[in-house]
Amino acid sequence: MPTYRFTLNGSPVTIDSPSDLRVLWVLRDLLGVNGPKYGCGLDECRACTCHVDGRAFATCSTPVSEIDGHDITTIEGLAATVPGAGPGTLHPVQQAWLEHDVPQCGFCQPGQIMMTAALLAQVPEPTDDQIDQIRNVCRCGTYFRIREAIKRAAELMARDRSDG
Amino acid sequence: MRRWTQPTPGGPGREVLQESPAHQPEHTAAGEPDPGGSRNAGTGATTRRQFLGYAIAAPFLVVAADAVGSGSAVAGSSQALEAAVALPAPAGFPSLPQPADILDLGDLLILAGLPTANLLYLQVASDGTVNFVLPRAENGQGLVTAMAMVIADEMEVALSDVVVTLAPAEPKLLFNQLTGSSNSVRSLWDPVRTAAAAARGRLLSAAADLLDEPIGSLTVLDGVVSAPSGKSITYGQLTSMAAVSQSIAVQATPKDPSQYRIIGTPQPQLANLDIVTGRQRYAMDIDVPGALPAMVRRAPTIKGTLVSFDNPDAVRAMPGIVDVAVFAFGVAVVGKTFGQVIDAIDMVEATWAPGPVAGENDGTVRAQLVAAPTVPFLVPPLLGTAVQATFDWAPVNHAPMETNVAVADVRTDRATVWAPLQTPIAALQAIAGALGMSEDRVTVNVLRGGGSFGRTLFFDAALESAMISKAVGRPVKLMWHRTNDMRHGRGHPQAHHRLQAVHLAGEVLSFEHRVTSVITNVSAGLGEALTAEADKLPPGKLTFGQTLFETTITCPYNFGVVSQLLTEVPLAFNTDSWRSVFSYNTRGAEEIFIDKVAASMGRDPVEFRLAHLSDDRQRAVLEKVADVGNWGRVMPAGTAQGVGFHQEFRSYTACLVEMDVTARAEPRVTKAVVAIDVGLPINPSSLEGQMLGGLTDAISLVLTMGNHIEEGLPIESGWAHFRYARQGDTPPEVTVIVMPPVGDRPGGAGELGVPAAVGAIGNAYARATGSIPTSFPISFTIDWTPPPPGPVPKSPLQPLPALGELYNY
Repeated sequence: MPTYRFTLNGSPVTIDSPSDLRVLWVLRDLLGVNGPKYGCGLDECRACTCHVDGRAFATCSTPVSEIDGHDITTIEGLAATVPGAGPGTLHPVQQAWLEHDVPQCGFCQPGQIMMTAALLAQVPEPTDDQIDQIRNVCRCGTYFRIREAIKRAAELMARDRSDG
Repeated sequence: MRRWTQPTPGGPGREVLQESPAHQPEHTAAGEPDPGGSRNAGTGATTRRQFLGYAIAAPFLVVAADAVGSGSAVAGSSQALEAAVALPAPAGFPSLPQPADILDLGDLLILAGLPTANLLYLQVASDGTVNFVLPRAENGQGLVTAMAMVIADEMEVALSDVVVTLAPAEPKLLFNQLTGSSNSVRSLWDPVRTAAAAARGRLLSAAADLLDEPIGSLTVLDGVVSAPSGKSITYGQLTSMAAVSQSIAVQATPKDPSQYRIIGTPQPQLANLDIVTGRQRYAMDIDVPGALPAMVRRAPTIKGTLVSFDNPDAVRAMPGIVDVAVFAFGVAVVGKTFGQVIDAIDMVEATWAPGPVAGENDGTVRAQLVAAPTVPFLVPPLLGTAVQATFDWAPVNHAPMETNVAVADVRTDRATVWAPLQTPIAALQAIAGALGMSEDRVTVNVLRGGGSFGRTLFFDAALESAMISKAVGRPVKLMWHRTNDMRHGRGHPQAHHRLQAVHLAGEVLSFEHRVTSVITNVSAGLGEALTAEADKLPPGKLTFGQTLFETTITCPYNFGVVSQLLTEVPLAFNTDSWRSVFSYNTRGAEEIFIDKVAASMGRDPVEFRLAHLSDDRQRAVLEKVADVGNWGRVMPAGTAQGVGFHQEFRSYTACLVEMDVTARAEPRVTKAVVAIDVGLPINPSSLEGQMLGGLTDAISLVLTMGNHIEEGLPIESGWAHFRYARQGDTPPEVTVIVMPPVGDRPGGAGELGVPAAVGAIGNAYARATGSIPTSFPISFTIDWTPPPPGPVPKSPLQPLPALGELYNY
């Protein structure tokens, strides 16, 4: 069985895995990282969204062989990507989610948050049309609060940039 | 209008709109504020009720209350009965009270719980933490937070000092552990505040003794009891002293509503921090030592059964596979990772017997619904001008984000199961039966669910997981693949609706509705509870489904002769109550039909409804959305407004939407205004969330979401074809208005939002296109190739997203 090495939430990981095992199962079943969720396994709902080198990707459809040597971030490690993060630090997207009381069941929210963080990293002030293109399913239907929280997170990040 | 701002430092001014009370609450105490709640009911505030709680023998203070709040629940029902009978004579021809007006489903469940009432418990720890074990499910509806708010308010502790956990199945509770019918807050309101008030009373009494101060002089803030002398002591210090060595009954005097400081304020869900950091644990995330992933290869038709498993050795030999086991419901495969288990179930070669609906498809089902005998309309169309319509609704899977899941650890002499469950007692009993164990050897733990919408009223995965664990002799984590969840999971059944209204000389003479539906299975927990009380209703003996229909469906308008009847066709699809059960299709269809009747009479939809509603609370929510939503504003061609109204669970709501059918390939709701009156609102933020969810469900149900049946199986395999709304399908502008408190108890809200929004969206579509929609979802063409029945599809393995790729990763 091949060996793969990658960075997971800032720490190096070495794992023996079949090359075609999808990253979601490497994270959940082999490494016990349970933040990313299974919602379909079909690249349709995006509940499994994590970051590879800061970009959003569908862990349910990406084989582990693809992430060899790359930098993987899950919801558990998002806050630590904030410069100067300490214990209790939240990423601005997480903070905005709390302010807007976004979650209901909460199951899709790790994916929604990771998608939003990746979006805002590239598009600091997304328009409504750009927000409309997010494909993550929220079956509790919290989309309006997600939209408000995305805009709030953009504000928080703009403030951090001007402070920094 | 008062605007509540989220209590988050540095927040963005996020607002929950809440109407300021038009008048003071009727229970405002005449005397001084009563922060300690120690005033005796005999001293002036005559409206305050006395309840009985119990102090339970324990080293720390443990108090209990009847889990159904017996006395007040009965009183509440009889008050409701009086209210229904005493309605003022409205305009138009009054309609006779219907069963749901007199006694709705929530009341029925409260009454059903009475003879078997048991106690729920609240404990004060030595660090001042208040622990409450909630005999209900939490699937995101906000119940845990609402109950913590009630306890914190009644006890005068900080919300953060209340810890609410979900109770495991407790068979002694019988019907009192059922979560459903938007009934949890309603049924727990009295018992929980009674327990909290009893605890506060005991603690204050202990403080008075210890501080040697009169109890009436004490005040409490955040769990610290203070005397005018400056002396103070904490609940944590008092709990041992307040405890009892022998259980006793204690008087409980819940606070006057005018003294609430947390109830009625918007509070974020307590689980939010865990959720946004990924720490929240769902069933598939818990650590049960040795538990391995398990999945089931299922039949090519609904309820098809396994005849033979033809290649067990080949499947066992696959990488990572640990064991296989056969059952009537399919071949279970257990392995090291779900990825390997998914590969293995697709390799299963098996022979199956067809299920009971193997030959059915959408058309054959509809033909049976149309042909089913129904009671003819009572009023002949020739009596005036008849308006008629038919509507069809596709079957709809629940599709919670978390598929059917459970963890089971079955040993020779005991079994433990973990799952999200709305009927954990029924689950425990079924599991014990299947394992051949006595019930006291089985533990069923209830976990937070990743959505439910009625799905977990049944416990399919919990039962299967126990059977699989027993067969393979090890703990298992059973997860249904999304495709199997969609094809073999439960859902709302297909339904056909016929409506007729007759009007003459500007008056509606009759409003009649015949619903024929594939039978809805309501037997899990709910069915037993209903039969206990159903006979007492005016219509006499009915089936479970008809009883549920009669106790939930009511026509809120004075339309003369009103008849709404359900005929169920016994086709054995996998069905279950789906958020609002019969209401979204039945009342949703009626709200669309009412616009047609109004048009036939030359009336404006809002004005027509207002003229035929019977009371101020009904009219107030509709007037509110019409006002805030600027009803009747001039809009460009291809865009339009629509309204809908609904009442249920002793609550009222109206919805106004704007729709654009020009801007995109598919219609989009561009704006929504929702007003909700739940009597006494506990958490306005949570209510706003529930109405938002109901709105999104309605957008999906009306426009895009449903299942096609071909050869006895839904052909949708995932979210690409089962089109629940996504961000771009939902309105960028939403306002939810929580109406001012009315009375002193909360109504239900979890399912309330769907039917009114269905009506509003259907009506906006009709006005924007000039064509009344009659078949839902409106956009329901199959322009894709369904994956074959049996195996589950797999997405192609993907490379990493290109640099700069944002959405199509």
